Amino acid sequence: MGSRRRHGPVVALVLALLLGAVLSGGCATDPAPPPGAGVPAREPVDGSGRRITLTVGVFGTFGLQEAGLYDTYMRLHPDIAVRQTALTRNDVYYPQLLTHLTAGSGLADVQAVEVGNIAEVLATQAGRLDALGTVPGVDPGAFLPWKWAQGTAPDGRTFALGTDIGPQAVCYRKDLFARAGLPTERGAVGRLWAGDWRKYLAAGVRYRERAPEGTAFTDSASGVMAAVTGSAALRYYDERGELIVAVNPAVREAWDLAAEFARQGLTARLQQFTPGWDQAFANGTFATVACPAWMLGYIQDKAGPAGRGRWDVAAAPRPGNWGGSFLVVPSAGRHRAEAARLAAWLTAPAQQAVLFERRGSFPSASAAYALPAVADARHPYFGDAPVGEIFAAAARGVPRAPVGPKDALVAQTLADVGMLQVDQTGRSPESAWRAAMKAIDNALDR
Amino acid sequence: MTETRTPTGPADPPAPGTGAGLRARDTRDVTGRRADLGGRGAARRTPVGSRGAPYALVAPFFLFFGAFGVFPLVATAWTSLHRVELTAPAEAEWVGLHNYARLLDDAFFWNALVNTVVIGVLSTVPQLLLALGVAHLLDVRLRGRGLFRVVALAPYATSVAAATLVFALFYGRDNGMANWALGVAGLAPVDWQNGPWASKLAVSSIVVWRWTGYNALIYLAAMQTVPRELYEAAALDGASRWRQFLHVTLPGLRPAILFTALVSTIGATQLFGEPLLFGSGAGASGGADHQFQTLGLYLYEQGWVNLHLGRAAAIAWAMLVVLVVLFGAVQLLRGVLARGERAS
Repeated sequence: MGSRRRHGPVVALVLALLLGAVLSGGCATDPAPPPGAGVPAREPVDGSGRRITLTVGVFGTFGLQEAGLYDTYMRLHPDIAVRQTALTRNDVYYPQLLTHLTAGSGLADVQAVEVGNIAEVLATQAGRLDALGTVPGVDPGAFLPWKWAQGTAPDGRTFALGTDIGPQAVCYRKDLFARAGLPTERGAVGRLWAGDWRKYLAAGVRYRERAPEGTAFTDSASGVMAAVTGSAALRYYDERGELIVAVNPAVREAWDLAAEFARQGLTARLQQFTPGWDQAFANGTFATVACPAWMLGYIQDKAGPAGRGRWDVAAAPRPGNWGGSFLVVPSAGRHRAEAARLAAWLTAPAQQAVLFERRGSFPSASAAYALPAVADARHPYFGDAPVGEIFAAAARGVPRAPVGPKDALVAQTLADVGMLQVDQTGRSPESAWRAAMKAIDNALDR
Repeated sequence: MTETRTPTGPADPPAPGTGAGLRARDTRDVTGRRADLGGRGAARRTPVGSRGAPYALVAPFFLFFGAFGVFPLVATAWTSLHRVELTAPAEAEWVGLHNYARLLDDAFFWNALVNTVVIGVLSTVPQLLLALGVAHLLDVRLRGRGLFRVVALAPYATSVAAATLVFALFYGRDNGMANWALGVAGLAPVDWQNGPWASKLAVSSIVVWRWTGYNALIYLAAMQTVPRELYEAAALDGASRWRQFLHVTLPGLRPAILFTALVSTIGATQLFGEPLLFGSGAGASGGADHQFQTLGLYLYEQGWVNLHLGRAAAIAWAMLVVLVVLFGAVQLLRGVLARGERAS
């Protein structure tokens, strides 16, 4: 008996280890991607009989797949299959990307990076990325210089190729403008505030005098602030990468101006990208919104058929940029050369023009602006506005503002912690500013 | 994945039955006790298996507990003593108790702690009281009892994301149903997102809605173990239904109540999904003024938004300490109360 008791556990342990092996076997090998997940399943067709599957990791509705770019690439390269993995939100996608990069596994062959994160990725992960600046087919001169610079590390090597950018305009409701006695023609509307965001405020005051009941001039003070800071030559960081958000007069000016919108009751006191904001688009409770090119599709979605013919696009007071993305190729990938060629092709001017034509993402490659898909683009939902022309003009005027490693975090804290309080709870701009600075300090302090 | 795979190494060579059996016999040779078991070799094998079976059956739990319970606990403790960024998790700089020390004068941490306690009380107390009432009603013989029980459990089966999305619309400032109802009643609309108390109430109501049915079913199960004779005896003594509930049902439910209070308290301390989704666009900040940021949210914000893993780990351990202290205090209190009862 005694001896049996002693050896029982050994048998048990062996059994347990075997069981463990069986259970862990499931995740030891990555299962092959199911065929036909957004990609037409095809047999290998090239001479060698070898077919490579490249994955592209994106966040949100990036548009590359929806615009049919992968399908085109696969038609051009029968030996390559392209598959996309997407996460809805960048604030979930980005930490995961960092974890995978530092672990060197779980990565897609091509990964998207949001502009607010690009500086941090280049500063901390450049060693885990492949340089793309010299890949055949990549032409630095085709890109807007500031976009190219954002994807280039301090050592001069370019690791990230720009996809879209977010040149700004102002979207406005013609019907509400007419009822408030403001001009409705997009040229005249643009002239209302040309050159100065303060004139945009003045237009708001004029709107308020005869505003249709239940409507406000603009959606949110945070939206105004983001638009104004987007047109500043310096924002949260200076050229040397120092955080200057607390002392930069341009940020403070944008803050005060946005707070003035709130104080004067010109906003609908909404928070952008929340259900309430979406509902307000549907109900038409505000007359203008600072809109980067990528927001046009969003407005069309949320305002629905009822908004057709009512919305229009006018030039913003000053050209600025809000948002945009990049593609990078992790060095841990199995098909680095093929992935680099894919990234180069996806960001080439011709493909960026297609992406704009089909999805509204504005090209970061200025060489695309002369192509008919961009130059002649008109948006039927927005009263056939010449969106290609409007946004190209804005894109050319965007100041070369450096982005810092924590740009996204600073911008979000300013908008959602600071300005939101001014707008929605009536907190004094001074006290909300202190709260925002404190939150930024706490977030950046390691 | 590597952790769970490494143990397979040593297990690979011997085949399941023979290897272990051989090894067992060899040792027996050495200890010289083979004679004791002479001639029972065939019979011996099955008892060894059945003796070991319980160990084999519990071993996976302990293996997985080790891999997913103990290891993360230890790793978190180690991380909390370092300055670690998610951008470079491998480069950890030893800082000792610095991360804990800074929590002491971190206004955001204290704010989150207070919020967690307030939301915890606002949700746990009504939740358990409601659950008692619901269970009591379900215990009464009524037509379609099964249906009501399923309905009571339905919110628990709903995903937190779906539930919160609906609640966020319900509590909308401009077009929400809550404010519409207030308007019908002639009351002023409430800013459910921004009000320091309104937002906590709103988050608590989601928790209450989700967990009441679950607790009610636990109470119901416990109620049905209370002997029916006790009720009959009480009824004979002329006790009303309410008195029966107080003096028969409640004492019978004591273990269940303790269990649900414990589980709800742990749940409240770790509250995360409801406030995160209630704040829709704002991510993990828990409202413009952090008015409904719980400890769970603050931990997430530090780790996955601000990318400071060391600080996040310290918050995680602080949460554990809060729970341990809380339960320690409750135990102490119960001890004191019990002694007081005995003394009187």
